[in-house]
Amino acid sequence: MNKETLIKQGGIWVFILVELAFFSIAGEFLSVTDVAFMDYGNMLLLLKQSAPIGIIALGMTIVMINGNIDLSVGATFALAAIVLLDSMTWPFMQALGDWAIPLAWLFALLTGTVLGAINGLIVWKTGVDAFIVTLGAMLGYRGLVFMYNGEQPTSHLNWTLVDFAEAQFLGLHTATWFLLGAALVLWLVMTRTVHGRNAYAIGNNREAAVNAGIRVGPHFLWNFMLIGFLAALSAVVFYSESGSVNPNDGMLYELWAITAVVLGGTKLTGGYGSIISTLGGVIAIQLLRKGLGHIGADTETVNLVIGLILIAVLFLDRQLNRRGKEELKT
Amino acid sequence: MAELTKSGVAGVLARQGILIAFVIFMVGFAIANQRFIAVDNVFGVIRSSAILGVMALGVTFVVIGGNLDLSVGSMMSFSTIVVLDLHDKLGPALAIPAMFALTLLLGAFIGFLVGYLKLNSLIVTLGMLSAIHGLTLTWSGGKNMDIADKSGTWFGFFGQGSVMGIPMPILMFAGLAAVLGIVLARTPFGRKVYAVGGNGTAATFSGVPRARVVFTTYLLSAFCVATAGLMQASRSMGSQNTVGQGMELEVLAAVILGGASLLGGSGTIFKTVIGVLILGFIQNGLLLVGLEFYVQYVVTWTIIILAVWLDIAAKRGRLWSPIA
Repeated sequence: MNKETLIKQGGIWVFILVELAFFSIAGEFLSVTDVAFMDYGNMLLLLKQSAPIGIIALGMTIVMINGNIDLSVGATFALAAIVLLDSMTWPFMQALGDWAIPLAWLFALLTGTVLGAINGLIVWKTGVDAFIVTLGAMLGYRGLVFMYNGEQPTSHLNWTLVDFAEAQFLGLHTATWFLLGAALVLWLVMTRTVHGRNAYAIGNNREAAVNAGIRVGPHFLWNFMLIGFLAALSAVVFYSESGSVNPNDGMLYELWAITAVVLGGTKLTGGYGSIISTLGGVIAIQLLRKGLGHIGADTETVNLVIGLILIAVLFLDRQLNRRGKEELKT
Repeated sequence: MAELTKSGVAGVLARQGILIAFVIFMVGFAIANQRFIAVDNVFGVIRSSAILGVMALGVTFVVIGGNLDLSVGSMMSFSTIVVLDLHDKLGPALAIPAMFALTLLLGAFIGFLVGYLKLNSLIVTLGMLSAIHGLTLTWSGGKNMDIADKSGTWFGFFGQGSVMGIPMPILMFAGLAAVLGIVLARTPFGRKVYAVGGNGTAATFSGVPRARVVFTTYLLSAFCVATAGLMQASRSMGSQNTVGQGMELEVLAAVILGGASLLGGSGTIFKTVIGVLILGFIQNGLLLVGLEFYVQYVVTWTIIILAVWLDIAAKRGRLWSPIA
């Protein structure tokens, strides 16, 4: 690993350390509670709360490495959640008892994958930019969410499912395990498989990739199916516990996920990025949320701070790149 | 593979597709329901599209200049909340210019980042979406904002009043569209916006001040957002902090539907107005035939993708993409 990659990929973790130090020290003076910021339980909860956006952000990373973007994940998330909860009330599912749970998960994950596949196929076959395709789908899929159950919330509480979602294994919550598991699998896919290597190649220089004999379309399709699947997985993890979906749930999730991915250093233009850094970006955002609350700042300021940090990161990244190029010239 | 030539019936269909689709759509709905083309219904639709429309006018400049603006929704919430709050503190005559000044300041900040510092507009405006939302919540303390004495002020004129029987929102939308349409199509500045969006490097070498042009497009966008905020505040005399949430993407949908390319360099104010009206009339038409409001989302999705697809298919001369 050369110096530049080290600075870039290490940056987000240094930022996390700074956040931890700042909020711990500031918390000593400003906090309203006696609990330390780096309390064990507090940190475990933080990981659990990072999971829903985090799982989606992992998918966003691979789509962005590929040079695309997906704005429809929030709506996909909501539709998968509705299928998850509603399918458990279908008569034949109720007859299955607790065996309905894995089947309901399957239906939800299938929904997400199919919605992703629709986006992927349209991008591939029509050649319309992914930004426009998924912008349209963001509206379209949200429409499907409303058509499913009108403006009513969809609710179904299954206590076996709630117990599972609230369980802790080796200290970590179920949601955290899903986040870490998904990150591990995707990290392997992106660094150890042909598909991962090709995804980077396409994002870096599409024309060169085509000339090298890589079929661009199927890789697009796979990555959109993956992000659809992950948006559904995120819904499965979250709604297993909460048991009630509003038709507006998941709105603006796409923007939060993109923020986390960009904080992690992934390039919007494609060809560069890392799953592990995105995990860092997700944790950094959640730390900021919790930390500002911990030192008694209004929760409103979180949005302000995150927005400004995002712009600052973009600026620093540009300066760093420019310096790198100047060094190459001399 | 379907071959589409630039001339001939197919070419005209593809290039003016959106206008033709609009006419077919209007005729179809008019036959299905007479009320659809009644004057009061048409006025109602334009009136309720006016706020989205005014915002779309500004974003058209930004998009033609080759950039994006995702911050207009939360900026509109900001100007609505600010003008309502200042109304009771300073009175309407001072509150309106103060709100315009603050909103323009935000626009100038974005324009500085994207124009002069050359940062990626998608991420800058995404960051500003979040930051301005935070600013709005800090301003209002998270509470809804209401005008105390709703009947004792002339502030409602911009949203509820009318001149010669035409509602003010329609007049403002039409007036702004006419002025900005002329600015874009008939002035040196307008030509520079096309030049910068079409080929930034070539524009720079031809002596077009790229940074200043981009900066000005964001100022224009902020001005339109402030106007939209004024209309919104004046119409409802009270507001939540999230009034503009999600509008950035609807605005962008209208602009794209009008045929502006996200790569910059193409699009017109007239086409954007058509895009806005299509979205408005679809919503209205579906409601009139008895469908729920959310059916329009699915229809809009289909129309956006078809419109853009046909547009690029005409340009490359074949229907399916060459992606292997």
